[in-house]
Amino acid sequence: MRFVDEFRDPELIRSTAEEIARLVEPGRTYRLMEVCGGHTHAIYRFALADLLPASIELIHGPGCPVCVLPMGRVDDALSLTTRPDVILTTFGDVMRVPGCHGSPLEHRARGADIRMVYSPLDALRLAIENPEREVVFFAIGFETTAPSTALTLRQARARNVTNLSVFCNHVTIVPAIRAILDSPDMRLDGFIGPGHVSTVIGGRPYVFVAREFGKPLVVAGFEPLDLLQSIVMILRQLRDGRAEIENQYDRVVPWEGNGPALTAIADVFELRPYFEWRGLGFISQSALRIRDAYAAWDAERRFAMPGVRVTDPKAAQCGEVLKGVLKPSQCKLFGRECTPERPIGALMVSSEGACAAHYSYARRQDAVAAS
Amino acid sequence: MCLAIPGQIVELTDKTRQFAVVEISGVRRKINIDLLQEEPPVPGEWVLIHVGFAMSKISEARAREQLRLLAMMGEDRQAMDELNGYKFES
Repeated sequence: MRFVDEFRDPELIRSTAEEIARLVEPGRTYRLMEVCGGHTHAIYRFALADLLPASIELIHGPGCPVCVLPMGRVDDALSLTTRPDVILTTFGDVMRVPGCHGSPLEHRARGADIRMVYSPLDALRLAIENPEREVVFFAIGFETTAPSTALTLRQARARNVTNLSVFCNHVTIVPAIRAILDSPDMRLDGFIGPGHVSTVIGGRPYVFVAREFGKPLVVAGFEPLDLLQSIVMILRQLRDGRAEIENQYDRVVPWEGNGPALTAIADVFELRPYFEWRGLGFISQSALRIRDAYAAWDAERRFAMPGVRVTDPKAAQCGEVLKGVLKPSQCKLFGRECTPERPIGALMVSSEGACAAHYSYARRQDAVAAS
Repeated sequence: MCLAIPGQIVELTDKTRQFAVVEISGVRRKINIDLLQEEPPVPGEWVLIHVGFAMSKISEARAREQLRLLAMMGEDRQAMDELNGYKFES
């Protein structure tokens, strides 16, 4: 079903694009990172780069949870399905992510009991309905999905559902932003901050971006106009020599975030000392694990997990693309060995990954530009 | 998983476990509203839903904008599949 079809406010889009053009200073370049994969998808979908002056380059950040999940974690999850009592559940986005010996979808085709769920509460229901089975929820996502996993575990404990466990791969966005800012080959002028993650964490966690690194960050919505307005706000800060955290998406994102969601996360999870991000490597205190109080529901403690480590092929330059050093099409594998159908690198896996978005929407433009 | 789906609260069904029924485009599904405990929604109000949990209250105008955005992004079918897919026990 389609809800509505047309592009809204073309006049406002045009005037905002003109304001952007007025704000860029001659001879200056602007490298802005949109952190969130949803923004990356929207930028490509609406070809927003075409509305921007050539001196503004949008760098696509690490905010796609499927893309940054190391392949070894997929293999770890799939290893559980060799147990006949296990039902492995996960979000649809994960079903296509390749492990060393195929994706969850391919494993399911070979007979593994893997079920797609739309919510962790569906995994809880499966556990209640199948008391003789072990239901494992393969949890991924940033702060937008972590509270739902936490609340599901709270319900499992309250209802004494003991045959549910969570293989926790939740990550937190702020340490990844810091890692990118700390990286020596990083040269960014400002950030478009994530919309939905900020609904949960609010604006305060980003303050270090301005205070310690002197970069503007503007939390943005997902409409074309939202993204363009957030670029205007960043450019105004740069023009005035300011570095602040601003909120373009204040119709949805409160500065304080969502209190009950933050409490649920803190109640059930604690920070891991370090966690591996595909394309970025190990980042300290960047992911969540399950607290001792919920140890009985922690798949990593409940089952012997192999702890598989898989290095991405050296030829795949995901890290460079993630940090904006290379554009997707500049990677040696892009569109040849690595495609959305047979992804090798992390960023080709999900439609929110920079490479997959570039492959789907921008290749024609590249071809035109090259001819 | 990363979709934010707007839905209109129709009925609060389970006060202890914080479930409510939402409607969008004629489809009714049960979701969890525990994360809105500081300002619980009432029937008629709109919420943004992530993986079965209402994460924020929004105005009806914003909800319609979000529906339009999902359509423009080509994600409206996916959103309805997700909503249809919520099958919560309670």
